[in-house]
Amino acid sequence: MENILIKTENLTKTYKVGDFEIHALKSANIVVEKGEFVAIMGASGSGKSTLMNLLGCLDMPTSGEYFLDGHNTSKMTQNEYANIRNQKIGFVFQGFNLLSRTTALENVELPLMYDRLQKIKDHQKQAKYALDRVGLTDRMHHIPSQLSGGQQQRVAIARALVNSPSIILADEPTGNLDSVTSVEVFNLFQNLNDEGITIVMVTHERDFARFAKRIVEMRDGRIIRDSKIKDRLDAEKELKRVQAEAEIKE
Amino acid sequence: MQAKIILKVASKSIMKARMRSLLTALGIIIGVAAVVVMVAIGDGAQQKVEQSIASLGTNLIIITPGSSNTGGVRGGMGSFSRFTFDDVDKIKNEATLIKGVSPLVRSGGQVIGGVGNWFTSIQGVSADYLDIREWPLQSGEFFTDRDVLARSKVCVLGTEVVKNLFPNDDPIGQQVRIRNTPFKVIGVLKEKGQTATGSSNDDVILAPSRTVQDRLSGGRFISSIQVNAVSADKIPAAIAELKSIMREAHKIEPGMEDDFTIRDQSDLSEAATETSRILTILLASVAGVSLIVGGIGIMNIMLVSVTERTREIGIRLSVGARASDILIQFLTEAIVLSLTGGLIGVAFSFLVAYLLNNYTEQTAYIKPQIIMIAFGFAGAIGIFFGFYPAKKAAALNPIDALRYE
Repeated sequence: MENILIKTENLTKTYKVGDFEIHALKSANIVVEKGEFVAIMGASGSGKSTLMNLLGCLDMPTSGEYFLDGHNTSKMTQNEYANIRNQKIGFVFQGFNLLSRTTALENVELPLMYDRLQKIKDHQKQAKYALDRVGLTDRMHHIPSQLSGGQQQRVAIARALVNSPSIILADEPTGNLDSVTSVEVFNLFQNLNDEGITIVMVTHERDFARFAKRIVEMRDGRIIRDSKIKDRLDAEKELKRVQAEAEIKE
Repeated sequence: MQAKIILKVASKSIMKARMRSLLTALGIIIGVAAVVVMVAIGDGAQQKVEQSIASLGTNLIIITPGSSNTGGVRGGMGSFSRFTFDDVDKIKNEATLIKGVSPLVRSGGQVIGGVGNWFTSIQGVSADYLDIREWPLQSGEFFTDRDVLARSKVCVLGTEVVKNLFPNDDPIGQQVRIRNTPFKVIGVLKEKGQTATGSSNDDVILAPSRTVQDRLSGGRFISSIQVNAVSADKIPAAIAELKSIMREAHKIEPGMEDDFTIRDQSDLSEAATETSRILTILLASVAGVSLIVGGIGIMNIMLVSVTERTREIGIRLSVGARASDILIQFLTEAIVLSLTGGLIGVAFSFLVAYLLNNYTEQTAYIKPQIIMIAFGFAGAIGIFFGFYPAKKAAALNPIDALRYE
């Protein structure tokens, strides 16, 4: 049990739209252990984003229980939710969601600003370290519009890392990126995972899911399959292959 | 979050949209400047009025002969002239709360001297008179108590008289003939301007009271007695004292009406101050309206800003900002905007006041308190009109905010 990071019990989310009730998530039970790299797959409307939002404490479940790192989040207040997001979770979005007209460094510093415990004293040093981990030290004073999509996503990953969270949640992190940069991002994820960081990501493409260690498939708000990946892809090798392909095309 | 970080984030957001911030603050700048300048103009006017009232002699008390009551037939004020030099001497000897006392013996006539002749009023007064009226000399000297007792034929001219009789040379030492009596000019009064009723203060000749009485007016009586109290706050006590001295001098039995009237300048100054105070309030409230309009401008822009920055709010929430952090951030932005606007507005009002004072007839006087009030009001407007948009921003739910396009 020590090793369990995420555990949900009959996690349910129902939206009300007028007279209709939309059951976005129906009694989802999922357990994620420390050090795992999980890919959640499913068509649009399958409830994977809803699950991510609940796991990320961005939203509250209609019913069911959610334990994160041993804490039962179901009984928490909004402010405690904010603290959990700040301390335990690093979010990576499809659309990067960086503050415009704000440098990469300042974007990465953002979560530290809302750290109530102020356990990290030197914000800038910590942010520089996070940017170094994603290989963007030389771009830290650039603003998002001066960075490529891949670089922006790496800034977002650095921001997710900066507070040393228990888990990184990535919602279609490569949805806006071309295939080469996508593989670069997965390479980064695999490296971070090798360093012991737990990652849960949502993806559309089965090929990309094979970079993870485990795949969870969803349909109509339910988890329909949960399996280990046997033919796992090594992003570093894959990267060399797609780069070679790209060169041939040119 | 620490206050330092909050301020940093707010000022950064303001600087990111410089033009918009400036336009937003402009409402407050104009509002604050308008309030400060308007009140300054009102205060300037008030100061002017107070100065002109002070020019009458602030501690001045005038005793005039009251209505007579002879056999039940009551005349009007001054209808029965009963003041004599005995009254003046009694006041001089007995009153303790006064600095000086002077009779006023009025006369008038054709004055010949210098380049021609001139009709003017001649006032017989004591040596204390200039002090009582706070009226300085321009040149020469004033007559003394000895001159009064000796009935010296000396006089002091007002500037208007000098202008008409001695336009080119120094009148001091020269002779003028007033109704055939020669007087030696020993001094010239400083120009004083108009009286409250519009006639000139400067068209006058002052001479020793006894001399005027003997040579010009004749008769025993004097038209009024002028006294100055030792200080402004002693005026009521001095009036009471003068009243009892005069009643004794005129042997008025208890229960009988006074046969004299004692007045000071407070009625006049109160009325004038009240008028300019109302003017100030009127000007300030008109300007205050523009300050409120400026505040609405801030609210308007902040609301637009909250909508436009919904995604930013979502990002901040997703990395751990609490609703209160968002509220404080937007509120701080509104307050920083309005206080900066207030600061610029105050600076601007100093410029306007400087221009008014140096290039126009209008005087503007900026009191330190009004700066504090206008500045505080700008801050209050920032809080008041910034709160609703900030509250709206803080009420956003992170998922909706992140999804917002």
